[in-house]
Amino acid sequence: MAQVIEFTDKGLYCPAGQFYIDPWKPVDKAIITHAHSDHARPGNQYYLCHHDTKPMLQLRLGDHHYQSIGWNEPIYMNEVKVSLHPAGHIIGSSQVRVEYKGEVWVVSGDYKTEDDGISGAFEPVRCNTFITESTFGLPIYNWKPQETIYSDIRHWVHSNQLAGKTSVLIAYSLGKAQRVLNAVAEVTGNIFVHGAIWNTHQVLTQAGHVLPAVIRVTPELPKEVFKGNIVIAPPSADGTPWMKRFAPYSVGICSGWMQVRGHQRRRNADAGFALSDHADWKGLLETVKATGAEKVFVTHGFQSAFSRYLNEQGIAAGEVKTEFGAEEEEAVENPEKTDE
Amino acid sequence: MSNTNQNELKTLAETRNHTITAPTLGGMQLFAQLVQQLGMSTKTNDKLDALVNYFTHADPKDKVWVIALFSGRRPRRTVNSTQLQTWCAELINLPLWLLEESYHTVGDLSETIALLVPERADTPATAGKPLHYYVEQFLQLEKADEQEKKTFILQSWDELTSKERFVFNKLLSSTFRVGVSQGLMVNALAKIVQLEPSVIAHRISGNWDPATTNFEELLSEQDISFDYSKPYPFYLAYAIEEEVSNLGEPAEWQAEWKWDGIRGQIIKRDNQLFVWSRGEDLITGKFPEFSALQAKLPDGVVIDGEILPYRDGQVLNFNVLQTRIGRKNVTKKNLQEAPAGLFAYDLLELGGQDIRHLSLSERRTALEILINDLQLPFIQLSPIVDFNSWDQLTQLREQARNINSEGLMLKRKSSAYLVGRKRGDWWKWKIDPLTIDAVMVYAQKGAGRRSNLYTDYTFAVKDGDKLVTFTKAYSGLTDKEFAQVDAFVKRNSIEKFGPVRTVKPELVFEIAFEGIAASNRHKSGVALRFPRISRWRTDKKPEEINTVEDLKKMLELYGK
Ligand SMILES: [Zn+2]
Ligand SMILES: [Zn+2]
Repeated sequence: MAQVIEFTDKGLYCPAGQFYIDPWKPVDKAIITHAHSDHARPGNQYYLCHHDTKPMLQLRLGDHHYQSIGWNEPIYMNEVKVSLHPAGHIIGSSQVRVEYKGEVWVVSGDYKTEDDGISGAFEPVRCNTFITESTFGLPIYNWKPQETIYSDIRHWVHSNQLAGKTSVLIAYSLGKAQRVLNAVAEVTGNIFVHGAIWNTHQVLTQAGHVLPAVIRVTPELPKEVFKGNIVIAPPSADGTPWMKRFAPYSVGICSGWMQVRGHQRRRNADAGFALSDHADWKGLLETVKATGAEKVFVTHGFQSAFSRYLNEQGIAAGEVKTEFGAEEEEAVENPEKTDE
Repeated sequence: MSNTNQNELKTLAETRNHTITAPTLGGMQLFAQLVQQLGMSTKTNDKLDALVNYFTHADPKDKVWVIALFSGRRPRRTVNSTQLQTWCAELINLPLWLLEESYHTVGDLSETIALLVPERADTPATAGKPLHYYVEQFLQLEKADEQEKKTFILQSWDELTSKERFVFNKLLSSTFRVGVSQGLMVNALAKIVQLEPSVIAHRISGNWDPATTNFEELLSEQDISFDYSKPYPFYLAYAIEEEVSNLGEPAEWQAEWKWDGIRGQIIKRDNQLFVWSRGEDLITGKFPEFSALQAKLPDGVVIDGEILPYRDGQVLNFNVLQTRIGRKNVTKKNLQEAPAGLFAYDLLELGGQDIRHLSLSERRTALEILINDLQLPFIQLSPIVDFNSWDQLTQLREQARNINSEGLMLKRKSSAYLVGRKRGDWWKWKIDPLTIDAVMVYAQKGAGRRSNLYTDYTFAVKDGDKLVTFTKAYSGLTDKEFAQVDAFVKRNSIEKFGPVRTVKPELVFEIAFEGIAASNRHKSGVALRFPRISRWRTDKKPEEINTVEDLKKMLELYGK
């Protein structure tokens, strides 16, 4: 008997419903968990996603045939019941629940278990088979509460202000940037953002999300305005000539990878904040248990370690090779190129 | 913190309606912060600031330990990494393989454990102990049994924060490395005590015990207790990058062969003889050859020179000496097979007087008189290479390899003997390295900064239609190249054996090295000295690499 979801060279495929979830090659029907570039790719004939994801897809992928639904609003594709559930990863991010002939599969997409107040609180979904990410699937990744990290960031901003430096925070333009923005809004008058983040900010506020005000960094702005203030920029801007205008400045990278010193040093950051939009080891384990799944497939991240551990814990788990995981690092939105 | 800063802080706090309480940091916390700052900063000035800040605020006893630790006086290792891994896995109830997997990702066991052990939500009453408490406990542990060690370590892990736990583990496993030169630490100390940097450098070198020395004693304005064994900091040269002809008049320069041995100082004071290596190890006992100097050298003399394998007026390949350095006791056989000699470069102290400020010419004259008087065959003056023009010297330099020299040293005749690595008066002018083209066959993940990339490679040359490995080499590629090679490794692994991947023999690199010697520990029959990747030969195919015969030819030519 065919599986409810199969692993094909185009992506995760539901043969009964004839749709793909986050396919990496163009297909007829795609359900998109969230708008990050490794999960949402151009060229599909039809896209189904959450209401909050749609404007982001329009920004990033241009005009296509989009349909959007809310969380917990099941629709049918052939005889397959499909519904979206909050994944807590970024605004609009959703898990996909797929039910066919009484058997339930859930595709997690990317998720985090701590509620960031913007993305919607993660809900584990009961299922027979759970397909989970494993970006941070090693026990060395155990996040501190976000409030602790936010206060570290604010402290760092303060000490930069004392030293007369601008604080440049590096954060993915979709997701991390909005979290960081909320966290630092109270310590500084003006927050400047890179064009890529500004574009995302525009789309989100137009869609009705309430976010602190930001100023776009443009060539016309005199250098003096940045002094002692905060700039938020995407990873693609880190280390480029674009940064020169902020001198003297200090760079702080907000990413789960900053948990390990070696990564922090390799990225040449003055400070690293282990702030992640993915579940940590404990979060992954708790989620797997909460789904009650008899079978787990592990995608992008530390697949082999996480699945081996699950097997040792008595949960049948296998590894799945996907093309997810090149998260945003290389993604450079077009509009920012007109910046310089 | 300076007064102005404090005022600024106050105004800022007031205007922002925020109360900033400068947190008072515990001893370990302060030290962990220092290590973090030193590890992350890429600018020398930031490192200096971090050190000054530390030496301004830390407990005096902690300061002494930091000076000791940063100048290579690490506490002895009392537990091994297997014990640490086992105890950690037990404590957090995870399988050992998962801990190892984590270790491979982090690249550092101390940090892995620091991350794995959960941090306490509350601050235990036992927290906040100073650095010297822990280091002194380590010394006690040397005699403790396994259970006592375990109890102490688990208790410490529990009371420390993750960042403190990291430095604790580093100290415990004696794997502490900081990117701080002696010179930088001296400069930082010079900002907080009233002493000249050269005096500080001299005080903190040599034979002192951090457990019994206090900070005031170590760096007081008057030298209270004179340590007769204390060496001077070595003056080191940079490699010359520009044309030698830019150095000016040849007559102003003294050229000597550059020797590749153990740079050392021979000290005779208070009728005792001390031999120091540049790494600041007292190695008197390792060179019984030099004991004759105790009677023959006048008192109050310090000679800077190179310890070399030396027989019948000939400098031998350094590998000859290497075999005996590692040994605890030097046997008679060692002395026969690998006799050591000293090539004297310089004279730093004469008649108990520090003469480093005199010109090189003056010091050399005094050195020549001293050495000639000794009449000991194994103590030689490092010969001066006579030359009239830079062209002539360039030609002479070509002969270096024939006499087991690495090239030339150029020293300005008027120069004083400075402290540490300085530009301007002394230059090293090495001969070009030997090179060979080889193919990469194994790759392993790097440590520390490159812990997630495959950056440690093993190389092979052709042996008929087979490949034979002959060396490992690490540095030499740019970050971008490392990333490309890493991607290649991940896509082209034939086999995974522990952390080592066997890769398709496809990428060709030029390996540069300083010397070659016969070795039966290596399959290829040769051992290289200072091998490194000099460039990635993307223009070459694996069929075009060198052969084991080429290596043997090099051995024939240069391996004696
Ligand atoms: Zn994502
Ligand atoms: Zn992802």
